[in-house]
Amino acid sequence: MSLPSAYTEAPVRRFDVGDRVAVKAWYPPGHRRTPHYIRGKRGVIERVCGAFANPEELAYGLDGEPKRVLYRVRFRQRDLWPDYSGPERDALELEIYEHWLEPA
Amino acid sequence: MKQHHDHSHDRSFDDGPPSEYEIMSRAIQELLVERGVITAEQVRMRMEQFDADFPYRGPRVIAHAWADPGFKARLLADGKRACAEFGIDLEAERLIAVENTPQVHNVIVCTLCSCYPRALLGMPPTWYKSENYRRRVVREPRAVLAEFGTLLPEHVALRVHDSNADMRYVVVPLRPAGTEGWSEEQLARIITRDSLVGVTLPKA
Repeated sequence: MSLPSAYTEAPVRRFDVGDRVAVKAWYPPGHRRTPHYIRGKRGVIERVCGAFANPEELAYGLDGEPKRVLYRVRFRQRDLWPDYSGPERDALELEIYEHWLEPA
Repeated sequence: MKQHHDHSHDRSFDDGPPSEYEIMSRAIQELLVERGVITAEQVRMRMEQFDADFPYRGPRVIAHAWADPGFKARLLADGKRACAEFGIDLEAERLIAVENTPQVHNVIVCTLCSCYPRALLGMPPTWYKSENYRRRVVREPRAVLAEFGTLLPEHVALRVHDSNADMRYVVVPLRPAGTEGWSEEQLARIITRDSLVGVTLPKA
């Protein structure tokens, strides 16, 4: 079976599945697709989603080029919410653009 | 505005006073109607058109995945490609199918707005767009599921999927015991919309 289209779309990328990453604790103004609750948190790359026009620029009528690599990142719920009372394996996954991530 | 990032203007499902944005969008709509730029009828027809554009096809796809392990594997590997094989063009949407197992349960939300796999599931239910669901299911997912009548045992790990950017998600629920030998049509009938979002479990 051929690779999912996501991988052929993003041959040049900074991270791979299993890499530990941290979401930047940035608070720039404007349209962002990185929810506040995840900024500054550490997780693991779960999959590479592909390369997409940057939504932070599309929102202002720009073309969003160059495309940005989008990752699916998995976080432990207990790392997100100090008072999380569910089991340790409970997790949250969401999509983060490469420019919001750094190695951890 | 890209249609899949549309924000709902229907506030009947949220408790509490309307937000500043809701008041603003209401006011703009009223002004546009008052000045004759659009009519209330056009707004209603546009909403009806959304329903026609996005038929509810999820149960057929998931029933096929239950019946055909090869198709399920392809659906999990590349949701868009598998749907195309099944004759459903998701157009711009990328689909990630997440599989429930005896060890893992999945649930979907969009905390930023109301992203939803419309090409498969049609228009989202009102509770999915409510601030209550969006805010709480990431923080206390087990309590939210319990409110839907879904009590997850502690040994089942819960994964919340926030569809905050370009992917759309659908849950592949566990096929319940007692459905052996059922046709795909029979299976599709017990696959409810809410079970494909992950807040309930299909029952035989």
